Amino acid sequence: MSRNETDHWHRRLIEGNGARLAIFTTIAISFGGLIEILPMASLKANPHTLEGIEPYTPLELAGRDIYVSEGCYNCHSQMIRPFRSETLRYGEWSRAEEYAYEHPFQLGSRRIGPDLHRIGGKYPDAWHYEHMRDPRSTSPGSIMPPYTWLHTATYDVGEIYKTVGAMVTLGVPYDASETSLEAVTSSVNEQAAGIVARLGESGIDAEPDRQIVALIAYLQRLGVDGREAIEAASADAGDAEHTGGAL
Amino acid sequence: MSQQQNPSHESGAVVAPVYDDAITKKFVIATVGWGAIGMLIGVILALQLAWWPANMGTPWTTFGRLRPLHTNAVIFAFTGNFLFAGIYYSMQRLLKVRMFNDTLSAIHFWGWQAIIVAQVIALPMGWTQSREYAEAIWPVDLAITVIWVVFAVNFFGTVFTRKVKHLYVAIWFYMSMVITIAVLHIVNNLQLPVTMTKSYSIFPGMTDALVQWWYGHNAVGFLLTTPILGVMYYFLPKAAQRPVYSYRLSIIHFWALVFIYIWAGPHHLLYSGLPDWAQTLGMAFSLALIAPSWGGMLNGLLTLRGAWHRLRTDPILKFWVVAISFYGMSTFEGPMMSIRAVNALSHYTDWTIGHVHGGALGWVGMAGFATIYWMAPRLWKTKLHSESLATAHFWLATIGIVLYIVAMWAAGITQGLMWRALDESGQLLYPNFMDTVNTLMPFYWIRLVGGLMYLTGILMLGYNLAMTISTAGSAEHDVAAAK
Repeated sequence: MSRNETDHWHRRLIEGNGARLAIFTTIAISFGGLIEILPMASLKANPHTLEGIEPYTPLELAGRDIYVSEGCYNCHSQMIRPFRSETLRYGEWSRAEEYAYEHPFQLGSRRIGPDLHRIGGKYPDAWHYEHMRDPRSTSPGSIMPPYTWLHTATYDVGEIYKTVGAMVTLGVPYDASETSLEAVTSSVNEQAAGIVARLGESGIDAEPDRQIVALIAYLQRLGVDGREAIEAASADAGDAEHTGGAL
Repeated sequence: MSQQQNPSHESGAVVAPVYDDAITKKFVIATVGWGAIGMLIGVILALQLAWWPANMGTPWTTFGRLRPLHTNAVIFAFTGNFLFAGIYYSMQRLLKVRMFNDTLSAIHFWGWQAIIVAQVIALPMGWTQSREYAEAIWPVDLAITVIWVVFAVNFFGTVFTRKVKHLYVAIWFYMSMVITIAVLHIVNNLQLPVTMTKSYSIFPGMTDALVQWWYGHNAVGFLLTTPILGVMYYFLPKAAQRPVYSYRLSIIHFWALVFIYIWAGPHHLLYSGLPDWAQTLGMAFSLALIAPSWGGMLNGLLTLRGAWHRLRTDPILKFWVVAISFYGMSTFEGPMMSIRAVNALSHYTDWTIGHVHGGALGWVGMAGFATIYWMAPRLWKTKLHSESLATAHFWLATIGIVLYIVAMWAAGITQGLMWRALDESGQLLYPNFMDTVNTLMPFYWIRLVGGLMYLTGILMLGYNLAMTISTAGSAEHDVAAAK
């Protein structure tokens, strides 16, 4: 080397000492995470600032597990941005409070298909049943693969019961009366029967214990809670256009 | 190599230590093998988007389950093994000492491969946390933690038993990876197990999103950027036979990079429910990242001063120049995409996919190929089987990257503009989402061609490596004496 830099202070203090280099590096990488994450983690995203946000039902939780397992988030977002072009296409922009009971979050990062945050109630149950069986039957030109196995595979009520228990541990406010195995089982059966009945009205003969039923339950719940409060808030603001992001 | 060319800046009498190159060879072979598999899955995914029947009608082969396998294979299997190969080769020579403990090295290698195999099984089965690049289920996360600790003990053990006083810049960058990945992995994977294959993140909603993207962005920062810069600081001067351009610049850009990178995560959540102050911090620090990133790029390119004429004949230098150029391009593009107004268009589109592949194929991949082509003849004590095949690999890969990125830019900007287009009455011009998808098909086919070219390139590397190994000396050369 042409340059002799042996005498520089930083060379003596840091670059010649592995422990110091490790400590200073740890300090350098700590600021950003601490300053950005700690306020968020301590400030509980309070669902009560928005009227009507409730935890998922047990069957919806099972549907959510299927959504996660199939990797739906790889192609579908659940986060509508506060632009006119997005609110026209998908509905009200997404509020932080709406995600209060999401473990893990499902915001997504790529829209190969459309956003699903307000898909709940947009189509009848039969639409989803057919769409998952053959996406092109309901959505001509779709590039989504068929998910035919959801119509034969079954969900496990015992696992749903454990899932509800996990959500309680994580602080999701279920009523104590909702979390016993009996309560979970009857809740699942009741909601599944309702979906099967609606499918029957459309001429579809479905079994209540199939994964597709749970997935429909989940999809039909998306973006439903708090809808009135959100619409009222937007009406107060007087415009669908917002700068976005304020918690 | 003479001491003059050793980037460690160290000279003087040192008793020749015996280096463990057998472990490096294993990591090199794993890099090429997993790289080919990871890229093959990428090509399948590209085909699935252009032609949906390629989802093959089974649960295990749908885009939704294979895409995480592609990202994990390329990040942790291809890049991970490449980095471990580069680190084990260079740190022994820079510190003039054998790796701290051969057993730890072996546990590290086989443990890491076992983790990858577990992922190859788990992800197609649909066992996932669904958090990008952190999809691994909790038993695999525990295994990653154990193996990372093994690596860290081996790493710091080697640092603390070194035979030279000064720690060369490459070591700092490696160290920043060892520390930061440990912190990111542990915090981001705080989860409550429910079954053997299922768990829930302890963080709710937007907090979970923030923690995940703090992890996700810095997995890019401290796995796909800083350690590769470390590899560059060792292997580029070796290949160019020139000393690093500026030691001072390397100090400044190292500390700036590790300090600033960690803040940039919220740029993945612009216009979301994340508080405005956090979004703005993410955007501001992303913009600031240009400076240290380009510091590294310039230090790399200027190291080639006086060696540019060798670019015509040396495929390794060709790979390095393209790698560093794509590093510069990606680290300019990324901050631009973090600006709210640009992000409003680019977010959710293929522009992001193009950006990622500029970094992954251009920077990470090309740096990896340069390093392997340089190491292989030295590890196996022979000549590279074919220089011209390596040059052909270079051109195929470079053209493949360009096709890939340009197609994704075009697709991303097209779709972004179609999503936001309004007619004269203020209504959506393309209310049917499918219109904005089917317009992209020509770009998806071009992307597939680009990806196929890149995949063919790594297969050529695999062939070249296999032929090189077949002409190598016997196993006793595994224990190499320092020159």
